[in-house]
Amino acid sequence: MDGFKTRGVNFMSKLVELFSKEEYILKGNASCPGCGAALLLRYVLKALGKKTILVIPACCTSVIAGPYPKTCFNIPVMHIAFAASAATASGIAEALEIVNKKDVNVVVWAGDGGTVDIGLQGLSGAAERGHNMFYICYDNEAYMNTGIQRSGSTPIGAWTTTTPGGNTTPKKDLPSIMIAHRIPYIATGSPAYPQDLVMKIRKAKKIEGFKYIHLHSPCPPGWRFDASKTIEVARLAVLAGVWVLYEVENGVFRLTGPSRKLIGKSKRKPVREYLKLQGRFKHLTNEQIDVIQQMVDDKWERIKSYIK
Amino acid sequence: MVVKVLTGNHAAAYGAKLAKVNFISAYPITPQTSIIEKLAEFVDSGDLNAKFVRVESEHSAMAAVIGAAAVGARAFTATSAQGLFYMYEMIWWAAGARLPIVMGVVTRAIAPPWSIWTDHADFLALRDSGWILLFARDAQEVLDTVIQAYRIAEDEEVMLPVAVGWDAFIASHTAESVDIPSQEVIDEYLPAKKEFAHMLDVEHPFSLGNLAFPDNYMEFRWLIDKSMNAAREVILKADKEYGNIVGRSYGGLVEEYKCADADVVVFMMGAASGDGMDAVDELRDEGYNVGLCRIRAVRPFPIEEVRKISQRVKAGVVIDRDVSFGFGGILAGEIKAALYNTDKKPPIFNIIAGLGGRDIDVRIVKQAVINAYRFIEECKEPKELEWMGLRQEVLIL
Repeated sequence: MDGFKTRGVNFMSKLVELFSKEEYILKGNASCPGCGAALLLRYVLKALGKKTILVIPACCTSVIAGPYPKTCFNIPVMHIAFAASAATASGIAEALEIVNKKDVNVVVWAGDGGTVDIGLQGLSGAAERGHNMFYICYDNEAYMNTGIQRSGSTPIGAWTTTTPGGNTTPKKDLPSIMIAHRIPYIATGSPAYPQDLVMKIRKAKKIEGFKYIHLHSPCPPGWRFDASKTIEVARLAVLAGVWVLYEVENGVFRLTGPSRKLIGKSKRKPVREYLKLQGRFKHLTNEQIDVIQQMVDDKWERIKSYIK
Repeated sequence: MVVKVLTGNHAAAYGAKLAKVNFISAYPITPQTSIIEKLAEFVDSGDLNAKFVRVESEHSAMAAVIGAAAVGARAFTATSAQGLFYMYEMIWWAAGARLPIVMGVVTRAIAPPWSIWTDHADFLALRDSGWILLFARDAQEVLDTVIQAYRIAEDEEVMLPVAVGWDAFIASHTAESVDIPSQEVIDEYLPAKKEFAHMLDVEHPFSLGNLAFPDNYMEFRWLIDKSMNAAREVILKADKEYGNIVGRSYGGLVEEYKCADADVVVFMMGAASGDGMDAVDELRDEGYNVGLCRIRAVRPFPIEEVRKISQRVKAGVVIDRDVSFGFGGILAGEIKAALYNTDKKPPIFNIIAGLGGRDIDVRIVKQAVINAYRFIEECKEPKELEWMGLRQEVLIL
């Protein structure tokens, strides 16, 4: 909370105003200690509010929800097959219009496997058709629910149970694929910066059309760090420039939160500091870390070109 | 009532329109496509007030109608063969989620080799999915059955999706004169879709489909089975009331043709049953006491109907337009299973014919029946399974 203290009382009261007191994901849910996804979902639902229907494909949240007849959600939830979330939500969004139920947020909440791999076709179709809905990917960078298998969103170098020697290919850049769909709103988010996230969701709520949000979701058991370090890991990802906070509104790219000040390489923390917190990267050599640092620097060169 | 010359596929589109579907999602595949083309025209012209979501795959088509039905829309989709198999995962989801969706299945043989012509392998792959499976014979029955399907699916005792099948080209693309009931008559028959308990509604938060441990899962399956069994009465009633209000009915789960005094009954499904009925007429002229039982419902299966008919006859002939490799015809297997625990079971002759759109003509049906008679008269060992119409010259290659 050190960031809050330095900015004083006004900032705190503004934060209280920003975050609804209502809880839509309840205590006692089945998330792991330190789960980034559960934190993110709590903030997202606070920002979305009561009039929200959640569509959840197979992912960690299918388990977090809790077994029948219990549920941790006090909003309607449709659990659906792995590849089917975007299409199901598109059906819900269109049908709500025809049955005259307006002002309901229809929201897919999917993991990275369900988004960048098996669900990509459905996501692309729904985005291209432009339904009035959210698609939110919480990216824990592997198939965590089934026991840490590599996905297309696993970063290069990362250990998973199906890449025991380290992942050999770079992470798929899904937000860029969504930018190519020319949808009205795309944003990234991090649990270390909830105010940035909540403001983005609140803005997106007012935008008619397809909204895509991609969230960094640190996973203590999968990334091999202590459950108390989730926010630290998430924050370092942003400060090292590995995870970039931005939004693309009607095609206009804008850095947000701390990422705004990280364009110069000297402003960013070394990637090594982010990697060394996580057991999944512990086998990396100095040379491999240098390669990853170079990839991050190259990414920021591309970002510079978006802003100009 | 208006009479129009319609193909089976256009009749399905008129049926869906009269049922006032308000959500359609589908993906093109021959021979299904002309259904959704017609529906797109209805929506475009304003004749049908519905959302039409043109998805990027059949998997998404079924997912979209699942989503729409879950918030209370009356949803329709249609597909064939490869498309049906592509959406297969979601087909089971629709039934498990207890959503009263109706789907047209224009039956088409499965690839490879590629085929666009009819057989029933695709439709019968739905057998254990929890869908109610109805099969129509011609364009008129397609229209009527699509409307009946919503009555059945949305019945409180049922709440299961319904697939209506009909044969590629023979039924789907053959234009016939079709009576189109007036909207007023259908409105009387089919009330507007009601809200239901497990509907997704922000005023009544509810989770649909969350994880069930072994202490709960089985009960969900038992409830589907219960509803499927209850659907027998509902199908009969839906058909009977359709007769009362609209003026046509088909007999419920089976249609019997000259079965009352028959020595031998032919069991068939789909368009070829028409040729089967012609064969029955010709055989009767030749002195054979034959009848035909057309299977209209594969699920729930007409167990009682099949038993009643079988008790009266000396032999049954099942003509399957499908095969379960290494076993025999699927319908024959179902019929034999229905009879196993009865005292009086006739020998059943199973014919596999008409796969991949090959004709099942009057000659095949007649030959199958005459073979059965030869068995009765000569008391030979029954030949349980026979492929008819095979071309030896192709096999030699």
